[in-house]
Amino acid sequence: MTQDRQTAVAALDAQCTRLRRDILEMITEAGSGHPGGSLSAVDLIATLYAHHLRQGAARASDPTRDRFVLSKGHGVPALYAVLAEHGYFPHADLKSLRKLGSPLQGHPVVGTVPGIEACTGSLGQGLSVAVGMALAARLDGHDARTWCLMGDGEIQEGQVWEALMSASKFRLDNLVGILDFNKAQIDGLVKDVMPIEPVEDKARSFGWLTRRIDGHDFEQILSAYAWAEVPEGLPKLIVADTIKGKGVSFMESDLVKWHGVATTREQLEKALSELSVKGAGR
Amino acid sequence: MSERKPKASRQAFGEALADLGATHPHIVVLDADLAKSTKSELFATKFPERFVECGIAEQNMVGVAAGLGLAGKNAFCCSFACFVAGRFETIKISVAYSGGNVKIVGTHAGVGIGPDGYSQMGLEDLALMRTLPTMQVFQPSDEVETRQIMEYLASHDGPAYLRLTRQELTPMHGPEYRFVPGKIDVLAEGKDVAIFATGGPVMHAMAARAALAADGIDAAVINVPSIKPLDHDGIAAWATKVPLFVSVEDHNVLGGMGGAVAEVLASVPRSARLHRHGILDVFGESGEPEDLYRKFRLDGPGITAVVREALGR
Repeated sequence: MTQDRQTAVAALDAQCTRLRRDILEMITEAGSGHPGGSLSAVDLIATLYAHHLRQGAARASDPTRDRFVLSKGHGVPALYAVLAEHGYFPHADLKSLRKLGSPLQGHPVVGTVPGIEACTGSLGQGLSVAVGMALAARLDGHDARTWCLMGDGEIQEGQVWEALMSASKFRLDNLVGILDFNKAQIDGLVKDVMPIEPVEDKARSFGWLTRRIDGHDFEQILSAYAWAEVPEGLPKLIVADTIKGKGVSFMESDLVKWHGVATTREQLEKALSELSVKGAGR
Repeated sequence: MSERKPKASRQAFGEALADLGATHPHIVVLDADLAKSTKSELFATKFPERFVECGIAEQNMVGVAAGLGLAGKNAFCCSFACFVAGRFETIKISVAYSGGNVKIVGTHAGVGIGPDGYSQMGLEDLALMRTLPTMQVFQPSDEVETRQIMEYLASHDGPAYLRLTRQELTPMHGPEYRFVPGKIDVLAEGKDVAIFATGGPVMHAMAARAALAADGIDAAVINVPSIKPLDHDGIAAWATKVPLFVSVEDHNVLGGMGGAVAEVLASVPRSARLHRHGILDVFGESGEPEDLYRKFRLDGPGITAVVREALGR
């Protein structure tokens, strides 16, 4: 690793610890939400916004921006935390998550806060929308890239496979899929509820190029995103092995439980004690 | 005089779409292996770079259309009414809720599709689409009206549903006709009964009017091309002018145009009674379109009989 890369990884590490604290605080305040899948996805989302997504708060409406579709909409606390971190809206708004009148809806809604590209939360729909956005960029002749983050349980939806088929037919090398493979869903482990493996083989047989990484290793995430940005005539899928509830020991040891359960104040304090920010906080 | 010949509204749609493509560069068109039938192929031939063939995968097509619409395109997403409206929840979230610029086009609506039978008949699509906030819902009665609605949709920024026929439709309008979203279209005045019709049965309602006139019954015929937004005030005004409404549509009587009219009447004091006519909450079946229209009493004699029964004359 170069010195620059080491610095970048250290900064991401510190930032994602802060973001994990934000996620847990906002879900605790809301009294409901999905901590497990937010914590599994946050490293992937934060790294994208910090280093690869050509957007930024000032360009959130620019028609030539890169777009990020959070197809696993229940992970939106992670996206809200990242958007606030990058100045898309005030950090103080995070406390209003899921409250009546708040722009921070329980699942992503276009037009509520800048940076939300599609309404999601009904699983399986986001990749199709991302395919449409990638087609539009090609028609308009600009080099905008569309990124789409999906859950592992989510790809049990048939529409995802229709979308995978169409993206390779259209040879969308401006489209990147990211799979947050955290191994658990509401009714149990993915391998028991409805297994998706061998997921890379399946995606490749649908015409995608794939790479598999540790979704909590920033060096690997950065390398995979750099790979994904190289156009090779086909869409690319990054399968990221992640841990549901990553960073909080009592969640990591009980993957299924923490899909859609909010932490109590007491549990929050315990979690925050494991998420200490080295050096200066915010 | 081609506009005066009978023409299926799907054909009129395909021709209008191909024409509008030249003046509206943001129009893109998607189909799911039915371009020859929906007539979107007329656009595809002329603008192949703006045509997206999605294969037999309608829910992905709807989602791709949503993405195109969110990225600045006006995406016309075409299939049979039955198949495209069947992807309701994708339309609900990816199209309507996301607010993308998408026009859902459902052809071969109703029992008018004929011999293919019930599995291909869209008979609940109006009811479904009407319940989505921001979704506009239109159904033309002839070629001129189809073209007028298409001109509106080419410039309208937002989601809409367009319902079209496989079968040919007799012209109801001259070239001077101007479609107005949210307005009813009074084809003939009358004082004994007002027949509200939409889509394929409109021309048969006009035939029924002539037959009723021979028996001394003065029937108004009101075309309802704009099912959402609905002309609340226009319908309410008629509700105090005639004692009876008969709604006629090639759709389940539950939740379609007749249901929408009933919702208006519920708020009008001392209003006309409404008899809702259409497919009476039963499944369709195979048969030639004219035979099906006879069986379901959507042709001229059928509508005449329904109106007489409702009037008790």
